[in-house]
Amino acid sequence: MRLEANHVSFRYDRRGPWVLRNVSLTVERGERVALFAPSGYGKTTLALLLAGYLQPTEGQILLDGRPLPQKGICPVQLIYQHPEKAINPRWRLRQVLEESGQLREDMLDAFGIERAWLDRFPRELSGGELQRFCVARALMSGADFLICDEISTMLDVITQAQIWEVVLAEAARRDMGLIAVTHNRHLADRICTRGLDLRSLGASEGL
Amino acid sequence: MKRRLNRRTKVVLYTCLIALVVAGAFIAGAAIPDSAVAADFTSTRQPPSWSHPFGTDALGRDLLARTLKGLSISLTVGTVASLISAVVAVLVGIAAAVGSPRVDAAVNWCIDLVMGVPHTVLIILISFALGRGLWGLLVGIAATHWTSLARLIRGEVMQLRSQQYIAVSRKLGKSSGWILTHHLLPHLVPQFIVGLILMFPHAILHEASISFLGYGLPPEQPAIGIILSESMQYLSTGMWWPAVFPGAVLVGIVLLVDRLGENLRMILDPYSAQE
Repeated sequence: MRLEANHVSFRYDRRGPWVLRNVSLTVERGERVALFAPSGYGKTTLALLLAGYLQPTEGQILLDGRPLPQKGICPVQLIYQHPEKAINPRWRLRQVLEESGQLREDMLDAFGIERAWLDRFPRELSGGELQRFCVARALMSGADFLICDEISTMLDVITQAQIWEVVLAEAARRDMGLIAVTHNRHLADRICTRGLDLRSLGASEGL
Repeated sequence: MKRRLNRRTKVVLYTCLIALVVAGAFIAGAAIPDSAVAADFTSTRQPPSWSHPFGTDALGRDLLARTLKGLSISLTVGTVASLISAVVAVLVGIAAAVGSPRVDAAVNWCIDLVMGVPHTVLIILISFALGRGLWGLLVGIAATHWTSLARLIRGEVMQLRSQQYIAVSRKLGKSSGWILTHHLLPHLVPQFIVGLILMFPHAILHEASISFLGYGLPPEQPAIGIILSESMQYLSTGMWWPAVFPGAVLVGIVLLVDRLGENLRMILDPYSAQE
């Protein structure tokens, strides 16, 4: 299975500046790719495009040569940078996890999610705790590709290590493809099999 | 933690108390038999006393009984009218937020139109066109009070639709209907309830004022507006009680319901629920 961006260009509206221009990349299943670029180069936009949250203005996002499915559980799942925005503030956390399917006890244990947290509201947990829920939710959906948009940037080092350990173990077990958007070269060296610089893929203009 | 809990409990208790008082006024009014407000020419124009706490009017009817009965009618009109209004507001608000730009423009135009005309004038026109009475008044009030809540709901839905967790939900394979019932409605229900209750005092006051002006309920109904309008004829002869007591009760109930709405908002809003 392979996820590819095929000469993708994107701008937010018809008269706006191009955020991405003619970007192509391919990620095979089982690969772990780090995506670098300075701020404002469209890393997050590319992540949103690859996961199907946005449609490219030109070019295509292909999964095994076909466009991403619009219905059903998407095989490419994105994890956002800010967990508090990606969780409905009126839901209890049990509901948040169950949105992606049956609760997996082993996953809760691996992330160190205490059972008491499940009955709380998002406001009552910290950002690091919430991010574990977001990652667990994405993993439990059974995705084949995982796109991590700076998922650990705002977390403390111990939480970062813990989350990545689980993600890597799960990715290895299920032979998932992984794209990690990050500023942190050291982190990228530790977790990824190769690195890509967005500027070398056909970078943005006008930014 | 303990202090916070206490404060929340206090607000909840206070809210229940208000709800009880309002419900009590409604039931008392409905339970009073017509004989209690029958004319009694042996005791006309009595000032307040122990046997007639609010006094009697020019036809010797007990004003306390009339006021309570009138309040009961006002509460019914207020409840039905604001309920219809609130439901219309939610449907229209969602339609504007989810529908095409044209639907949105049409809805906004309607809202501006209704908001641009003074409520009282519009209610008089509608009530008059529908032959006055309870029906005309109900339609008039329901047709004029939905606008601000509709605008609120529209904004809320638009803001919710752009949330990341809604986008995530879609990528987890959830349908639009599922997202509506599980993600959107839980946010809209508190807005609906609070909007409904805060609309209620407006509805009662409009009912009373339109009846007072003579375009609402017929004179034989013991509505507060009717009592107040009758009292004007006798005010210059020194009969102050038919104006003061019913008026004070009306203001009291309106303030209570307003308080109820504010308290509910505090309880239901997740950002102040714990305070």
